[in-house]
Amino acid sequence: MNKNLQRLDLIFKNEYDTDIILKKTFAKKNDEVINDLISSGLKGRGGAGFPTGLKWKLAAEAQVDEKFVICNADEGEPGTFKDREILSSVPHKVLSGMAVCAKIIGAQKGYIYLRSEYTFLKPQLLKVIEEFHQLLDTLKLNFRVEIFMGSGAYICGEESALFESMEGKRGEPRNKPPFPTDFGYKGKPTVINNVETLAHTYSIFKYGPDKFKDLGIQDSRGSKVFSVSGDTPIPGIYELEFGMSLQKFVDDFGDGDSKAVQVGGASGFCVPRKRFGKTVIGYQGKLRGTSLPTGGSMMIFNSSRSMYNVLHNYLDFFVEESCGQCTPCRVGTQQLLIGIQAVKKGEQPSAYLDKLLDLAEAMRVTAKCGLGQSVANSFSSIVENFREEMIY
Amino acid sequence: MAEVKQLVKGLADLHGRSMESLLPILQGIVHQEQHISEDAMVEVARELNISAAQVYGTATFYSFLHTKPLGKYVIRVCKTITCMMHGKNQIIEELETVLKINLGETTHDRKFTLLETNCLGQCHKGPAMLINDEPYTELTPEKVREIIMEYKQKEINAN
Amino acid sequence: MSDKINLKIDNIAVSIHGGATILEAAKKINVRIPTLCHHEDLCVAGNCRVCVVEQVGSDRLIPACAMPVAEGMEIQTNSMKVRNARKQIVELLVSEHRADCTRCYKNGKCELQELSSEYIVGEGGFIDLIAYKGFTIDNFSPSIIKDDSKCIRCQRCVRTCDQLQSIGALTVAHKGEHMKVSSFFDKPMFEVVCTNCGQCVNRCPTGALTEKTYLDEVWSALNSDTKHTVVQTAPAVRIALGEALGMPPGEIVTGKMVSALRRLGFSSVLDTDFTADLTIIEEGNELLQRLKKVVKEKDDSVKLPMTTSCSPGWVKFIEHAFPEYLPNVSTAKSPQQMFGALAKTFYAKKMKIDPQDMVSISIMPCTAKKYEADRPEMRSSGFKDVDYVLTTRELALMIKQAGIDFASLPDDEYDSLMGESSGAAVIFGATGGVMEAALRTAYEVVTGREVPFEGLNITPVRGMENIRETSIKIENVLPEWDFLEGVELKTCVAHGLTNAKHVMEAVRDGKAEYHFIEIMACPGGCLGGGGQPIPTSPAIRQKRSEAIYREDELKPIRKSHENPEVVHLYEEFLKEPLGKVSHKLLHTHYTERNRY
Repeated sequence: MNKNLQRLDLIFKNEYDTDIILKKTFAKKNDEVINDLISSGLKGRGGAGFPTGLKWKLAAEAQVDEKFVICNADEGEPGTFKDREILSSVPHKVLSGMAVCAKIIGAQKGYIYLRSEYTFLKPQLLKVIEEFHQLLDTLKLNFRVEIFMGSGAYICGEESALFESMEGKRGEPRNKPPFPTDFGYKGKPTVINNVETLAHTYSIFKYGPDKFKDLGIQDSRGSKVFSVSGDTPIPGIYELEFGMSLQKFVDDFGDGDSKAVQVGGASGFCVPRKRFGKTVIGYQGKLRGTSLPTGGSMMIFNSSRSMYNVLHNYLDFFVEESCGQCTPCRVGTQQLLIGIQAVKKGEQPSAYLDKLLDLAEAMRVTAKCGLGQSVANSFSSIVENFREEMIY
Repeated sequence: MAEVKQLVKGLADLHGRSMESLLPILQGIVHQEQHISEDAMVEVARELNISAAQVYGTATFYSFLHTKPLGKYVIRVCKTITCMMHGKNQIIEELETVLKINLGETTHDRKFTLLETNCLGQCHKGPAMLINDEPYTELTPEKVREIIMEYKQKEINAN
Repeated sequence: MSDKINLKIDNIAVSIHGGATILEAAKKINVRIPTLCHHEDLCVAGNCRVCVVEQVGSDRLIPACAMPVAEGMEIQTNSMKVRNARKQIVELLVSEHRADCTRCYKNGKCELQELSSEYIVGEGGFIDLIAYKGFTIDNFSPSIIKDDSKCIRCQRCVRTCDQLQSIGALTVAHKGEHMKVSSFFDKPMFEVVCTNCGQCVNRCPTGALTEKTYLDEVWSALNSDTKHTVVQTAPAVRIALGEALGMPPGEIVTGKMVSALRRLGFSSVLDTDFTADLTIIEEGNELLQRLKKVVKEKDDSVKLPMTTSCSPGWVKFIEHAFPEYLPNVSTAKSPQQMFGALAKTFYAKKMKIDPQDMVSISIMPCTAKKYEADRPEMRSSGFKDVDYVLTTRELALMIKQAGIDFASLPDDEYDSLMGESSGAAVIFGATGGVMEAALRTAYEVVTGREVPFEGLNITPVRGMENIRETSIKIENVLPEWDFLEGVELKTCVAHGLTNAKHVMEAVRDGKAEYHFIEIMACPGGCLGGGGQPIPTSPAIRQKRSEAIYREDELKPIRKSHENPEVVHLYEEFLKEPLGKVSHKLLHTHYTERNRY
């Protein structure tokens, strides 16, 4: 086993110093904390990569009495399980991030939107929240966190769909603008951050922005928690530096026969072996995290795997999990699935794949939310790189 | 009917009667009855002063809110990519054999329902399944048989 | 938000108020952007994506209907990227739509068909998904057919049912590939809270929601040698029928319509307006009786406020949503049903026709009237009082089928006995019209004087405002009505069921006190009915409304109680308002219904 990549331990180190860190951070001016976040270069770890400090700043500027802080724990991207791990091992870091955000933007209420598949985490999490509330009372911060349970819908990881869901509606993404910092949960300014993002803020509060910024490359700063699965002898959660080369990653985690890596889950890109060396994992560059709930999914496929089956499985997933409201996503996902089946069976000529590639591109530019837009990522990268496998 | 009414009223008292209470109320009904019946939805609509169709529309959006009766233990086997790669089909076959039902069905004694589900977030430990809220990972056919036997034994002991 | 925003669309500069959408800005400079889920009466959905346009400098396309304008924006509505994407979206919609166009009721009137034609969706599109899916056609309702295989999930119907009308019969259920427009547990429409108002039908871009047609039945009756066909035409048909026959909105075509009906072969061409006048007499007297019992006799078994009962959509709505207020609904039947009951009794007798041989047909701006005619209560003549109800649209279709050049028809007059009407009857077709007609009569009954409004035009009850409250002080009453001296008669007019719901909630919560409430289920009243020509919009309804009030002004008789045929009907047949015969033929009762 190679060890090219440095394993980091910022997020999972359990430091038992929440009270000190919070006291220290609360003592700072709001602007100072926001500036620290901005200069740290921290970007949303859900995948969309919006600068966290800027998000907080926008919400802080909104002149409205009622605001909300929401932790997005609707981790549903296939191949992703890091948020579960963070919430079960270092929940106080996530809660601290929420509390600091609440203080800065002026929110009294926070929610953790926890996917129903993680219901088993709830009892322990409730205990931690209760203890955390006591800590907040001693620090004189009027802020309470509740858990809101999801009910089984991948799309609710999309932030506006998540609000709709909390409002008792179908989890259908909204038109944007307006954005959550103006019009979020119940129409109020809302900061919604991924579990991992909030946990990172804790490290920044503790060690300052520079230490975070020292990690990573260019505009992909800090460390990132990766969920590694598939054909690997060592599946699991790894905190690695942003900006790593995919080749190094495969050398460390592959089984020696890696044929492709799916970066960013079903809504991410599939990178074939020949491109491992040219691929860097970060927001910039050809590859980035997903634009949907969770970034950091790394699924490795070895040469025994049929990429047709892989794509079929992804498309099965999207056909079911599309909310169904917008045409390109609802009908497009079905057409992609039925289309590759037809080509495989010989009912459509192989050139039909080109029509499907055009369709995927149309979905990318016209779909209402990140789900429909990102179906093209996996579809096009698999069909383009493994075209033969789609036909024969 | 009276029981459902009571259940819904209790949940509405607990969670409130605004739209934001809808999902918690529906989850509460499922927790109690494994599914949300027509009668239950009408009662929810009445309590929240919304249309019954709206309750139906919301409920059917979420895959954990069932509108048809399920067994006491709902088994959800992950069918997403890595669990598929690591043999979820064998797991389902084994469950079908042990429970003597097909995927999607409920046992005659209404104890077990066997379903597939999308990613459970246990990809590094696939194949995985949930039995109600409890996750089971790194499944093998043998392990699955043992787990089901344990549940069956629990039921026998409870009687 | 009132500051002007400057942008460029297709290189044309446009300046528009902040908060406006790109679609609105484009409209201002006459650039048409195709839409499907968008409808002027409904909130923005942004889900069909047909209206996507390109913002220069942006990779993804944006929906013109949902995207607010921004300073300096440069929009291309017809770039290569836009055309490609738009065509694919239309192709996708066609692939999930049972494009059985030549056999479709909406053939030639389908917005998807129009777009497919514009974008030349020919062969070589996507795989037909209909073949892979089961679908259902619900034709159990007497009013509305719901064909899921034609649905393109634009959700106009759901927004109509849920937001515009607050009925909640339709919802979006399931997700992904299974997502569909559904009723509660996908039950047939006739089993759920559907009021049959047909507003969804008016807004459905395809043939997924249509009225149930009875054209074949009516043609058979017309072609039968033994049947005597009696037709009645509702007030709002005469000001909208022209639209379905190529005329602009707001044309009054009463005379041509009568001509056409004669040409089609109806034996008697009569007018629902006649029974509208009759409704005023019965309902007006009922109101006065209720006032007497409540104010003078303190009889608490009698309920106020009294609400109107002529809108069958409203009646079914209240039966589902506010059953505790059913005693407040006037027992007077709607003009259609009064007409039906009299046609097969009074008229049959006078004309010496065996009612068994009579086929009673009504032309209505309404789909709920089909349901109303089917109610088991509506058989007081001993027969089905109204046999078939056709919408304005269906009549237009008959006229086309018969090869009649409508525009060149001469004006003709209704037959007598049940063909005369006052201006008060005509305005039944507009929101506030029943209230105005009732006040014109009731005020005069109580005081012996005309209502104190210039030209009898009670303008405060008119208009398109959602809810209109008025109070009229009653003074110098006739001795019989002394208990009403000095009473402020408080009235309320609401149109569209969302407004109706608000009014009833205010009444229930004690926040509003009225004596008399007029409610019409459809926006604008019957002129905006679910059986009226498509499309509908606030501007079109305004035009129709103006035509109705024009027709009122043109009528020599303006008050229901002065309609000579109504006077004659009482003398010869009914004897007195609310009398024994009236009770049997002209009044009805209501039923509490389920909550889904």
